[in-house]
Amino acid sequence: MSARERTLPSDARPASNFRPTAETLALLREKARFVRLETIRLIEVAKVGHYSSVFSAAEIFAALYYDVMDIAHGDPRRPDRDRFLMGKGHAAVGLFPILAEFGYIDRETLDNYTRLGNPLGDHPDMRKVPGIDFSSGSIGHALSAGLGMALGGRMQDRAFNVFVMLGDGEMQEGQVWEAAISAAHHKASNLVAIIDRNGFQLDGAVDDVMGIEPLDEKWRAFGWEVHTVDGHDLDALTTLLRQVKADEARTRPCCIIARTLKGKGVSYMETEPGWHLGYLDPSDAARAVEEIMNRTI
Amino acid sequence: MNHATRKAAPAAATAAAGKPRLTTSAMIASIAAEGQRTKPAPFGHALVALARENPAVVGMTADLGKYTDLHIFSQAFPERFYQMGMAEQLLFGAASGLAAEGFMPFATTYAVFASRRAYDFIHQTIAEENRNVKIVCALPGLTSGYGPSHQAAEDLALFRAMPNMVVIDPCDAHEIEQAVPVMAAHDGPVYMRLLRGQVPLVLDEYGYTFELGKAKMLRDGPDALIVSSGIMTMRALEAAELLRQDKVEVAVLHVPTIKPLDEATIVEAARKSGRPVIVAENHTVIGGLGEAVAGALLRAGVAPAGFHQIGLPDAFLDAGALPTLHDRYGISAAAVAEQVKDWTGR
Repeated sequence: MSARERTLPSDARPASNFRPTAETLALLREKARFVRLETIRLIEVAKVGHYSSVFSAAEIFAALYYDVMDIAHGDPRRPDRDRFLMGKGHAAVGLFPILAEFGYIDRETLDNYTRLGNPLGDHPDMRKVPGIDFSSGSIGHALSAGLGMALGGRMQDRAFNVFVMLGDGEMQEGQVWEAAISAAHHKASNLVAIIDRNGFQLDGAVDDVMGIEPLDEKWRAFGWEVHTVDGHDLDALTTLLRQVKADEARTRPCCIIARTLKGKGVSYMETEPGWHLGYLDPSDAARAVEEIMNRTI
Repeated sequence: MNHATRKAAPAAATAAAGKPRLTTSAMIASIAAEGQRTKPAPFGHALVALARENPAVVGMTADLGKYTDLHIFSQAFPERFYQMGMAEQLLFGAASGLAAEGFMPFATTYAVFASRRAYDFIHQTIAEENRNVKIVCALPGLTSGYGPSHQAAEDLALFRAMPNMVVIDPCDAHEIEQAVPVMAAHDGPVYMRLLRGQVPLVLDEYGYTFELGKAKMLRDGPDALIVSSGIMTMRALEAAELLRQDKVEVAVLHVPTIKPLDEATIVEAARKSGRPVIVAENHTVIGGLGEAVAGALLRAGVAPAGFHQIGLPDAFLDAGALPTLHDRYGISAAAVAEQVKDWTGR
């Protein structure tokens, strides 16, 4: 990851009345830390997992689930809830602890993540896990399915928004652009795509594997409203998401490019892209936990 | 050949005075023979009738509304119709999302695009989730003269292999009309092969009623048992009349539901001693009804007096006029009759 991306300031300039309070920010920081710590704990059970893919998205998870999205506590199927689809399904290990906090997954099930017969796998399965709106794992499907949900919500006059989190490598899938052109054509203003622009995919840096920039211009050209934000700046990210959700005048779908660091929060992962899929032995895990506990993002 | 060829055939349109009347290309117009009884757009009209009763029904297509008879629906219910453009992956992904919100999408395209191009997208977002999406596809098997780009010779094999998917290969307009409400009553994904435009009318004369998962004996005979689906049932019935002139009496068992397969009825019919079993399908001989029937008979320990397949060869098929191609690949009525005569020793 280049120094330029690490130090890139948020270019979102949202209205100040959407800014979270200091108390809310403290809570969201704590939840992002919780996501990272739980990810380390659960991958210790599975013995292999996608640490760094969750770490880049931890603030996005925290902002959406603990502030922005209207998620019914106690009823994961409430018709008017906001929908969340995860194109990068391999980050599910970071979402399961949140669903457990909401009471949708019981503690014992969470603690036995990926064990034989457990509904929680490396990728989310909507048939088995309450609170999962879409099964993913195969990259590229989520935005199309999210568009269908957005169209369905509009036909039923429901006010929910559909949030779809996409990986940046996922931009290489042609289906994403089929959905992009269609969502603009159908004026799906209740559809919000959030791109976790962490810069890396399995075979290396996204821009080496298959360059996707200029990403903002691409989405704008496809007819979307586009915002770019530092995906780890919870103040800016939450403010922007609140503003996008509240904007009822928008007639287009909205794309948020969240500039993030793969592995954010654990220094040696931030500089080593090989951590896309890996395992920390217990002593390394303890060091990672210590760093996460002592660092404020 | 690519998608652009879809545009090559001008759409049927209302002729204005003094303007030449546009007609549908003969390449994909209809499989009806000259003078055959037909019914126009049975799927489109049946879907409109269904949608009047069921507000959850929505129509979706990937730039093939006119060639899947979905334009009948889009004109009747414009607010319940989604044009998704030439993007089949998106079509089925979005259909999954609409189904998740309680709608019952009927998503149409050509069989080649659903089966070959969008297979993973149907597999991952419709079949695995058991979404209530009805996939209705024109130009199944060899019903287009456009060559391999438009000929879905392997669609049944592909969709048979997909868990949760119900697969229907209807014979005629009568059956398509009946199948539409029946597939709607089934809660889950369905793939139906579509005949569109002026569609032959055959099964009404047999007092036939479509039932999901049921094979029906349309005529009996001691000399051979033809097990068939789709348009090959029509061809088998025509061949049976030709064969009668040669004193060969064949039974025709129509199997419109390829999955789940009515194995009990097929096995019972095949047990009748002394007659060979001939499976006739508008599909490659690999992985379709023929091999499904063979497997069912083997599992049941039934060894008929010969087992034969009438179907498309394991090859990329030629382009050309459909009647010529059907003769060439052995699926015309005359070709069916000739093969049956060979196999029955007459």
